[in-house]
Amino acid sequence: MKPIHYYRCLRGIVWREGLRFLNQRGRFVAALVRPLVWLVIFAAGFRFVLGVSIIPPYQTYIPYEEYIAPGLIGMIQLFQAMQSTLSMVWDREMGSMRTLLVSPLPRWYLLVSKMVATVAVSVLQSYVFLGIAYLWGIQPPPVGYVTVLPALILSGMMLSALGLLISSAIRQLENFAGVMNFVIFPMFFASSALYPLWTVREANEKLYYFCMANPFTHAVELVRFALYEKFNAEACAVVVGALVVFMALAILGYDPGRGLIVRRAAAE
Amino acid sequence: MGGEAVKGAMLDLKPEAASRKTRHAPRPEAPPLVVEGLSHAFGPRQALCEVSFELDRGDRTVLLGLNGAGKTTLFSLITRLYNHRGGSIRIFGWEIKQNPSEALARLGVVFQLPTLDPDLSVAQNLFYHAALHGLPRREAAARITREIERVGLTERMHEKARTLSGGQRRRVEIARALIHRPKMLLLDEATVGLDIASRQFLLDHVRMLCREEGLAVLWATHLIDEVDSEARVIVLHKGRILAKGPVPEVIRQADAASIREAFDRLTGERGA
Repeated sequence: MKPIHYYRCLRGIVWREGLRFLNQRGRFVAALVRPLVWLVIFAAGFRFVLGVSIIPPYQTYIPYEEYIAPGLIGMIQLFQAMQSTLSMVWDREMGSMRTLLVSPLPRWYLLVSKMVATVAVSVLQSYVFLGIAYLWGIQPPPVGYVTVLPALILSGMMLSALGLLISSAIRQLENFAGVMNFVIFPMFFASSALYPLWTVREANEKLYYFCMANPFTHAVELVRFALYEKFNAEACAVVVGALVVFMALAILGYDPGRGLIVRRAAAE
Repeated sequence: MGGEAVKGAMLDLKPEAASRKTRHAPRPEAPPLVVEGLSHAFGPRQALCEVSFELDRGDRTVLLGLNGAGKTTLFSLITRLYNHRGGSIRIFGWEIKQNPSEALARLGVVFQLPTLDPDLSVAQNLFYHAALHGLPRREAAARITREIERVGLTERMHEKARTLSGGQRRRVEIARALIHRPKMLLLDEATVGLDIASRQFLLDHVRMLCREEGLAVLWATHLIDEVDSEARVIVLHKGRILAKGPVPEVIRQADAASIREAFDRLTGERGA
């Protein structure tokens, strides 16, 4: 097998994901409206309630809207990853995933391609959001728009790998509500997306450590620092570690020899 | 489109190259499909038990069995949706568990459930499949045009798959299964839910593929009237093969007057 075949396959999977995204305009609008509602309404309402002290990477006091912008980018990526998860479970239930799984390319590569496709869409969404946020007064340094790209790719990959892992474990589409309750909400709210974690620590020490163990917290911090031209090594290490673990488990989940896919076939 | 171009565009999966990895290069004349002593269980439930059969080039073999006989499990194992536990499956000499890429590149599949993406157009669905097999876009476009023309759906090429009827979707799925030029085609209950005309079209199209292109076909069905005298038949029941061979031979083995009677006698149940 030549690298060109791998490339064509990757290009095909990314192209399909892009087409599906563009074909579902409602999905594109919803993906943007969700964080914008938080930015425009929630942040405006809470800007005087939730004070933000000077914490890295910021060098001065900042408005609350500016603080939550990286968190909302994380939200876009989290929801995009879960949307992709939902789409994979749907594809599996409808049968179209079989087309992917009987491709002659290795299954791990197909999963990596799927992850890349999800990341491509989420990075695009994130930049559209940053553009609108700029008009709303959230204006990080111009170079930040470039330095944030690797962070967006890395955090998107980690969340997408989590989505793949979840999709391998969910048996039915109906179970997706559980993902909302047990994955999306806890990950988002138990993170630094909406408030600095020192505020959580003051309220509850154990909850603080729970938030610190949440890989989404580190994804948000990685994006936050990168947006202000800084590198957060600790966040990067956690995100990379989580990416490796989630992806390894997802590959195991789709393994035709011992994965969850075999157990699901048994249940059917 | 010349044979050389086709060969060049397919995944470069030459037996010699893969043999370095496996040390078991298949013979060039290896049969399309050899299933030997295949057994598979889901927990305590035995789905397939010591299943063995072989397909030759140009063979149209009907895998006949009632619902729950193990047909879909067999297809899932041949296409490596999951691995088999006992026995072996060799596609053109490649053991599917050890060399899945080499085996799957030579296989076209039409699954029981519709597998087209309803949100994409017919052409987009086919381009996606071509990409999954590593075909270059220009080559894929030529093949898609040809295959869609052969199933008579050229004018629907740019319409969303969801706007097609069940029969038309099946035709597109057959066209799709042939884009990467497989040497063997698997169809799992492909005619379920289709009207008489669509069903006849599929049967005729598949017969033509065997006759004119030498494609080996494994056609799983529970409908006895899809077995004709020119086909070979495998009677699968509760995970076991009860009879196999040319239709007249199976009828003779069962000491019956027709394939329907032979099936009823062999399984002890009435076929559809």
